[in-house]
Amino acid sequence: MNMLALGGWRARYEVVSYFRSLDTVFFTFLFPLIMLGIFTAAFSAAGDIVVKPGQPGISVGAYYLPGMLAAGILLSGVQNLAVDIAREKSDGTLKRLGGTPLSPVSYFIGKVGQVFTTGIIQALLILVVARFVFGIALPTDPGRWLTFAWIFVLGIVTSSLLGIALSALPRSGRSATAVVVPLVLILQFISGVYLRFDQLPGWMQAIASIFPLKWMAQGMRSVFLPSDFVSLEPNDSWQLGWIALMLVVWFGAGLVISRLTFRWIRKDS
Amino acid sequence: MSSESDAVVRVDGLCKVYGGKPAVDGISFEITTGETFALLGPNGAGKSTTIEILEGYRDRTAGNVRVLGVDPGHPTLAWKAQLGIVLQSTGEPGVMTVAEQLRHFARFFPNPRDVDETISAVGLTDKAGTRLAKLSGGQRRRVDVALGIIGNPRLLFLDEPTTGFDPEARHEFWDLIRGLTREGTTILLTTHYLDEAAQLSDRAGVIAGGHLIDIGPIDEIGGASARVPIVRWRDERGEHSVRTTEPGRTVADLVSSLGAEPPALEVIRPGLEDVYLDMVGAVHEHEEVAA
Repeated sequence: MNMLALGGWRARYEVVSYFRSLDTVFFTFLFPLIMLGIFTAAFSAAGDIVVKPGQPGISVGAYYLPGMLAAGILLSGVQNLAVDIAREKSDGTLKRLGGTPLSPVSYFIGKVGQVFTTGIIQALLILVVARFVFGIALPTDPGRWLTFAWIFVLGIVTSSLLGIALSALPRSGRSATAVVVPLVLILQFISGVYLRFDQLPGWMQAIASIFPLKWMAQGMRSVFLPSDFVSLEPNDSWQLGWIALMLVVWFGAGLVISRLTFRWIRKDS
Repeated sequence: MSSESDAVVRVDGLCKVYGGKPAVDGISFEITTGETFALLGPNGAGKSTTIEILEGYRDRTAGNVRVLGVDPGHPTLAWKAQLGIVLQSTGEPGVMTVAEQLRHFARFFPNPRDVDETISAVGLTDKAGTRLAKLSGGQRRRVDVALGIIGNPRLLFLDEPTTGFDPEARHEFWDLIRGLTREGTTILLTTHYLDEAAQLSDRAGVIAGGHLIDIGPIDEIGGASARVPIVRWRDERGEHSVRTTEPGRTVADLVSSLGAEPPALEVIRPGLEDVYLDMVGAVHEHEEVAA
């Protein structure tokens, strides 16, 4: 059996075990959807968000939809894999796999495949609920969906690799959640997922600009917000070129770190 | 065939140092094709360190090691495909069923055993559709064994396989292992159950304090002198014990000299357990004197 085919079987196995683990289903899979529901309900009376006073705007739910999609990508990749792999290291899963002829390449294909599959289902679910439950209008322009597709794919693969890289950090499975979740949460607050990015102080925007989530959220806003909202962005531009560049750089960093730090077991611990 | 090519495992002068302290200090042994070899020793003696070095999980500090002709310090996938590893128990969440787990692991190997037949061999046919998390400790251990043999290994590592088994489960497990031996599987077993070693293995090595203090056929461990019968009795001066190759004559002499039945008379033929405890105890005393 070659590495790719085995990677496919791993992905299938990983997806099944993902949906059988209630904590990941809640904190990773359903979390952005729940947050979208809370935002929509909590601010339903707050009025629309507008670019300039007096102009027609969009509902709070519609404004935060792109941020939740970006957060979903980050959670499915970084949070899910960093916690999952750290747990697999400490509970013996990786030790067992390391004693079989399974190639680490197949293992990684399985993990990325899991993130990809669950991430797509999650995004579809968010879009369907946004459209039919919260009544948020979705774009009809195919060009925008094309932008959505490349940002989603690049974002999810980058998030997966960063999750694998980050899994080397926690010293035990138990501490994994405590190390990873605050990191991911802070990133969501400064990157325009839960708070309007254009209203954050400049220094916070600058810090967020180092990390990939800010760029994914910005890309998703370019897909789902009306064109005139571009004037709320820094530099009055969606900066699609920068988004691609930053995600590719983080993709490379994730790949190199994963390659250098991944071990089936911590030898001599 | 020369004995050279018969050796499935060759260990020569194996050393492992942790933080300046030797955990394994110059161990040498060989295991030949089809043999079941037991490594015995108290907790912390170096058994698991040794087996994990042979499995490729740990680096060694010094010594020469070959497992199926390969240095386990540089494992390859083709080499791993010939091994079966039953680790000490792990704590995976177990959301897959027994059959799903085995079917999945079978895909990793070029020449796996039949999944249903393997499940039946470990006595879990009734539980094939049950999630691992719902199994008892003993049943999960049997899944561990099933995962260890699913790849049709040439060499099987069993690291304390029956810890936590009830006596019946242990006997069933022994039958399973005997079946593998009949199929020609070479087995390296670590255990601290002496009866288990006596039941399953052809030869044993005893490790204490990082040293191999004895090695040989299971009924010769400790040497002939360690198996000399012991005659034990009590009188007003206290407890007496005499080692003798002629216990019958000793008892007869004792009865005639006392002119009465000796109180609390026992004639003991030391079994593996007694021999082993004597050996390990002697090492402990030696270490305490040295310290």
